[in-house]
Amino acid sequence: MNLNLRHAKTGLLGALALCFLVTLFSKFINPYWLYILYDIGINIILAVSLNLINGYTGQFSLGHAGFMAVGAYTAGVITNQFGQLNAFASGGVFLGALLAGGLMAAVAGLLVGIPTLRLKGDYLAIVTLGFGEIIRVILQNVDSVGGARGYSVMHGWTNFFWTFGLAAVTVYVIASLVNSTYGRGFIAVHDDEIAAEAMGINTTKYKVSAFVIGAFFAGIAGGLYAHSKQYITPGGFGFMQSIAFVVMVILGGMGNTVGVILAAILLTLLPEGLRFLAGVQQIPGVTKMYPLSWVGDTRMIIYSLLLIVLMLTRPQGLFAFKKRQR
Amino acid sequence: MNIWRGHFFSLAFVAAGCLLTGCNKSSPGPNAGGDVIKVGEYGSLTGSEASFGQSTHKGIQQAVDEINAAGGVLGKKIELHTEDDQSQAGQAATVVRKLISSDGVVALLGEVASSRSLEAAPICQQSGIPMISPSSTNPKVTEVGDYIFRVCFIDPFQGTVMANFATKTVQAHTAAVLTDVKSDYSLGLAKFFKEQFLASGGKIVDEEKYSGGDKDFNAQLTAIKAASPEVVFVPGYYTEVGLIALQARQLGINVPLLGGDGWESPTLIPVGGKALEGDSFSTHFSADNTSPEVQAYLTTYKKRYNETSDAMAPLGYDAMMILADAIKRAGTTDGAKVRDALAATKDFKGVTGNITIDPNRNASKSAVILTITNGAIKYIQTVAP
Repeated sequence: MNLNLRHAKTGLLGALALCFLVTLFSKFINPYWLYILYDIGINIILAVSLNLINGYTGQFSLGHAGFMAVGAYTAGVITNQFGQLNAFASGGVFLGALLAGGLMAAVAGLLVGIPTLRLKGDYLAIVTLGFGEIIRVILQNVDSVGGARGYSVMHGWTNFFWTFGLAAVTVYVIASLVNSTYGRGFIAVHDDEIAAEAMGINTTKYKVSAFVIGAFFAGIAGGLYAHSKQYITPGGFGFMQSIAFVVMVILGGMGNTVGVILAAILLTLLPEGLRFLAGVQQIPGVTKMYPLSWVGDTRMIIYSLLLIVLMLTRPQGLFAFKKRQR
Repeated sequence: MNIWRGHFFSLAFVAAGCLLTGCNKSSPGPNAGGDVIKVGEYGSLTGSEASFGQSTHKGIQQAVDEINAAGGVLGKKIELHTEDDQSQAGQAATVVRKLISSDGVVALLGEVASSRSLEAAPICQQSGIPMISPSSTNPKVTEVGDYIFRVCFIDPFQGTVMANFATKTVQAHTAAVLTDVKSDYSLGLAKFFKEQFLASGGKIVDEEKYSGGDKDFNAQLTAIKAASPEVVFVPGYYTEVGLIALQARQLGINVPLLGGDGWESPTLIPVGGKALEGDSFSTHFSADNTSPEVQAYLTTYKKRYNETSDAMAPLGYDAMMILADAIKRAGTTDGAKVRDALAATKDFKGVTGNITIDPNRNASKSAVILTITNGAIKYIQTVAP
């Protein structure tokens, strides 16, 4: 179970270089699909970071959209202080804003992490849910960020390099962390908290750090989201959004990073794919005009049905090809 | 986990790579059709505001069919591309990008909710595609840029209308204002009501405040009673207005209460009951309006959908009609030319009144005033701006 760090680092560098290359060609990609790709990258960050809390550490958080909101508003407010900048300066400002958003979210993660240590399972889920709602309601009542109307982010700086580069960094950090000697503690807390404590593991510290690290990356994803949509409303960070991320983690298989990444990709593409199906005009000679237009009206029902079927047939996670070795 | 460790980066990015190549092939060039004019609509067909989105869609669809039956625009049929944003933040941006870059629409209609119009507006502005919101009343929407229009009036206008109604029709010289301090909408209406009322020689004798969600208004109403105004302006939402009316009558305030379109709801009368007798509010549209355009529209709507039209559908209908008119006058579907034609729209005879687009790309149009008599909402008059 030793992580071949040299290998992973090469992978990370390769991924970053690839992202950079794709970014250079991104103007040839249809903007609609390009922004779907950004959504995929952002959802990968969110799902993988939530996987650290819900999957590896075995805590149940329903407040991930709240952390995302903290990051989104922080980064948005920071970049709105700047006018038009050249490519180099904007990159620096953007990275700084994203990190600041991540740090603010991490502080929020610490705030939730500490008082919820005494809680487990359903109780913890309810507290984190409440926390996410508190953030949403606070944002709804702060006039300087637009209140319920929403907040306009001037710069659309999110691009392929930032989303997938940061997604790769997130995957690298969390995978390396969980596979390190230190990171064994997360899995120990997940497997058996009492046994872990008996073995001298500080379970409190592990739980809090899972929340802090998970929230940090959720905050970064929030910043990317804000600069991709360029308009954020508190309503967009409700608990339904948190549940969407939990679904990604569960569908991918708790504590299975590859599975969670694939689930994030699948669940982001699925509704858009169904939309695409509904728009199929005609197969000449075979069908009438718009043979699949019914898919458009029933799109969200099909999506929900697929989720039910997937959960019934693959309860261990859609992409759990092999059980995690213990 | 460990069998994937060496591969998962490559896997993820191979997957991303496949996607990219796939996408390039699947995107049709814009305006590939040629014999049709593609118009995009994005709206909340599902989700929490589905009833607004669906009504708007019905109005737009009716307009498209009427235009096509009459021979289309510039000799071409209008083809409506509708996408659902599920009433969700973030989705409006996605579907608008799809409509512009994949479907190649020449103009966009939508949304009802101001927050989602604000999300789509910058994308339309950047792409040079004109966008018309049927019913987003927040002033910020059209401030995004010169490609963004709306066919409804903005919030403050109703304050002005009601002040004129108070001085001219009710013939009041003194007024009190009771504002919901939690709502931008209420504050905007109150501000413009006061300005116009003072300008027409009236006097504001008392100003009181409440917060949306309050149940007891006796303190504010007692103060208002002491000032004995001739009308009370209550620019709030129907949830509180019913209670305010009840408590006002109990305290013996028997002058008319006036308000804006926040009053318009099927639950207003059940809550307020007899207390609302003689009170008036302004709104966008009334089915009791006897003008031939309105009645023709209502008959067709009733025949098509077998239901009575609300205020959202006619705004959608007008948005589509104004767009068709602008494309006709521009003689082309070029974004900049259609924008100029839209901006030059003057005295367009719409179902919701005569619409002129003002320099801020908002509709300058008449409002209708409704009064509650014998427990029913009755159309009183149309007020020009």
